[in-house]
Amino acid sequence: MSQYSAFGLLRGALNGQKHWQPAWRDPEPKSHYDIIIIGGGGHGLATAYYLAKVHGLKNIAVLEKGWIGGGNTGRNTTIVRSNYRLKPLHDLFEFGLKMWEHLSDELNYNVMFSPRGAMFLGHSDADMTKLAERGDAMRCDGIDADLMTRDEVQKLEPLLDMSRDARFPIEGGLIQRRGGTARHDAVAWGYARGADSLGVDIIQKCEVTGFVRDGDAVVGVETTRGRINAGRVGICVAGHSGHVAGLAGLKLPVESQTLQAMVTEGVKPMINSVIMSQSLHCYISQSDKGGIVFGGDPDNWPSYAQRGNPMVMERAVAQGLALVPALSRLRMVRTWSGVTDMSFDGAPIIGETPVKNLFLNGGWCYGGFKATPASGWTYAHTLATGKPHALNAPFALDRFERGATIDETGSGPMPNSR
Amino acid sequence: MMQFTCPHCGPRDQAEFIYERTVDAVVSLDAAPEDAMKSLFTRNNPRGVDEEIWRHTYGCRAWMVIARNRVTNEISATRAVGPEALP
Ligand SMILES: Cc1cc2nc3c(=O)[nH]c(=O)nc-3n(C[C@H](O)[C@H](O)[C@H](O)COP(=O)(O)OP(=O)(O)OC[C@H]3O[C@@H](n4cnc5c(N)ncnc54)[C@H](O)[C@@H]3O)c2cc1C
Ligand SMILES: [Zn+2]
Repeated sequence: MSQYSAFGLLRGALNGQKHWQPAWRDPEPKSHYDIIIIGGGGHGLATAYYLAKVHGLKNIAVLEKGWIGGGNTGRNTTIVRSNYRLKPLHDLFEFGLKMWEHLSDELNYNVMFSPRGAMFLGHSDADMTKLAERGDAMRCDGIDADLMTRDEVQKLEPLLDMSRDARFPIEGGLIQRRGGTARHDAVAWGYARGADSLGVDIIQKCEVTGFVRDGDAVVGVETTRGRINAGRVGICVAGHSGHVAGLAGLKLPVESQTLQAMVTEGVKPMINSVIMSQSLHCYISQSDKGGIVFGGDPDNWPSYAQRGNPMVMERAVAQGLALVPALSRLRMVRTWSGVTDMSFDGAPIIGETPVKNLFLNGGWCYGGFKATPASGWTYAHTLATGKPHALNAPFALDRFERGATIDETGSGPMPNSR
Repeated sequence: MMQFTCPHCGPRDQAEFIYERTVDAVVSLDAAPEDAMKSLFTRNNPRGVDEEIWRHTYGCRAWMVIARNRVTNEISATRAVGPEALP
């Protein structure tokens, strides 16, 4: 693999940029792999990369039914943060955030991580108490968090409606300054290029349609490109977790829902940070191309339709306009949606399944992009050793029957009420 | 956007309804702990038809069961539940 560098670009400028090579191969599937990962999103590709890089495994394949990064990785609003409330989530997401800080160097690929600050707005005294509690919890675990006054919020985001008769009055905020955004496609492509150069076969247009069993163990997969044998198989298919695990006879604690996002035409810089309101369910940021990216609640009923309901979109837009009235001048250029696997406590699932040799990484709900490096790192550990990494041990599939759920919002086993 | 046919009110906009859970996710009062666990915490979550409980919250407030395809949103059956559905 040739290294990307500024010097290479300059040299390319002199010979018409003719030196560019494909960033990964397009291999035919082999008949056997030691480890097969189902799903070529950021998480699957990161897992393959760390399996090869950290665990020295050579015979690995990532099977993707469409094209890599075409799932939620390429559809998300790219907010990266670790400002959670509970310890297991702190540990996992903060580990990930530290990896983001060096990811472009690690991959020799610019993932455009931009720590511009991730800010929650508080709209009432009760909100501010909740934000203070969250900030304290973060600081106790060594994560940066600053409570903000109204004035500080206004200084950071002058276009917010700070008037006293605003539809959603703003009393203050909580900011994690190390949080921000990254370029979604680059994350998938960077990990793919890195994994491929370490010998991982990335096989696109290859859908897993069944599992090959030997007694109670999985020994391979059936795919649209034939049967492929495997030592271990790792599911990593986001919204399709329930469907794929179902092929192995498992019934998961997830329900698939649609999550939408949208973007406006590009304009000059007007939003400086990532503005989020958890009381409203609305988040707004500005992409490096200038488009205002925003999103809201999931469509709160099960769906694999991969197209959103205008009713939910309208609610997100209404909230966005109330917070930043200047947005009403912009044209919306695209809306889209992805299928998310909403888990029953809102936390991810990473670990073994009751089926021998079959592992699961899923249940990321609407918030797994930020975890991509940490998810890949811990899942690689689990797939290589057959055991949980300390960071993913709390996220085992059997936590629900043990009563050890990780219920960040305290809303009980209702994926549609998160 | 979907339109549901409430057994009591007729065709209405989806905005008037709230999704509750699937039929097999209702925990019966005498369920054994492992069955209660399954109903509470797992779903078939099919890429196809499932039987769902919805409520006409902003209408007559009655519950109903709707069989809906989760890929195409096609509704194949709707039936009332509760005392009003008794013969
Ligand atoms: C609109 C939206 C906004 C979001 N915003 C944020 C955000 O701001 N911050 C954040 O942290 N998270 C966000 N998320 C969540 C985040 O996108 C996901 O949690 C994360 O990207 C999941 O990555 P993944 O690699 O697990 O899944 P994906 O990228 O979806 O990859 C799974 C892959 O598996 C493939 N696949 C499925 N079935 C099969 C099969 N049978 N055989 C082979 N391949 C198969 C799919 O084609 C897909 O490419 C958002 C999600 C959406 C939809
Ligand atoms: Zn009705």
